[in-house]
Amino acid sequence: MKKDLVKGMSHGIPIMLGYLSVSFGFGILAVSKGLDTLWASLISLTNLTSAGQKAGVDIIAAGGTLLQMALVQVTINMRYSLMALSLSQRLDKSFTTPHRLAASYGITDEIFAVCAAQKTPLTPAYMYGMILVATIGWVGGTVMGALAGQLLPDAVSSALGLVLYGMFIAIVIPPCKKERGVLAVSAAAAVMSLLFYYVFTKVSVGYAVIICAVAASAAGAWLFPVAAEKEGDGT
Amino acid sequence: MSIAVYVLVMAGVTYLIRMVPFTFFRKKITSRFWLSFLHYIPYAVLSAMTIPAIFYSTGSMPTAIAGTVVALVMAYFELPLIAVALGASLAAFLTGLVL
Repeated sequence: MKKDLVKGMSHGIPIMLGYLSVSFGFGILAVSKGLDTLWASLISLTNLTSAGQKAGVDIIAAGGTLLQMALVQVTINMRYSLMALSLSQRLDKSFTTPHRLAASYGITDEIFAVCAAQKTPLTPAYMYGMILVATIGWVGGTVMGALAGQLLPDAVSSALGLVLYGMFIAIVIPPCKKERGVLAVSAAAAVMSLLFYYVFTKVSVGYAVIICAVAASAAGAWLFPVAAEKEGDGT
Repeated sequence: MSIAVYVLVMAGVTYLIRMVPFTFFRKKITSRFWLSFLHYIPYAVLSAMTIPAIFYSTGSMPTAIAGTVVALVMAYFELPLIAVALGASLAAFLTGLVL
């Protein structure tokens, strides 16, 4: 239990570092849109999502409707449902309903990615440790960004923009070497994402990610079905 | 309208999106297709989120490409996540100094 908590916390450190830089930017943005530090931090604490928060602050600033707020959040954050579904298959027996209700708060792109890469079933303590450290980074970065604005030199803050993507690459590449299916699916998703970014630009980023992920994974599941013994150990 | 109401709706919707499938989906999936689908989802999501966004993540294409290349090489040699993440940032930072 304690070992899992510590393991989760240590796995959360790269996430925290990445979040610090990203949420720093969110803090600056929220203040520039007229929110104070307290509200900016509360939004980060209660939402724990980058794209959704940015869109939410835009709606608050524009005085949009609550329905619009709800629809935008559903659209941008729907990918979390897929991630939650995927993680629900990897949970340890100790993951009872109260633990599920609590830990679901922390299903972000990055936490999902690290959890999904684990070979053993996920325990509540492991997820709590990771969520705790990541949330400290996310809220702490927001507070600092809201308060300190542009104190960080540009060269440093812009280089920190790469932290999370570097982590994503570190998660995707090793299994690509071992599994043809993962390589094909990752490449297909990247190509589709490029098409949405440069050609079908009308589709919002939130939808584009969902479409790329579902289409590439479905094609992968059809062309490269995972062998039965692979499923047992949760890989 | 009060900011609190906006934040409540925003946080409530985001929580439900995560909580409902995580809490109420209890069946173990046995279909080979769906198991494979869920196996591939993380990699597909991460690839789609990374490409091409990573090239714009530093505000300068050359520094971002330097960081991407370093991350790819380090990841190929299976270095720890934190090393790859910081190595990519450091490469982008150093490239920025040289340019």
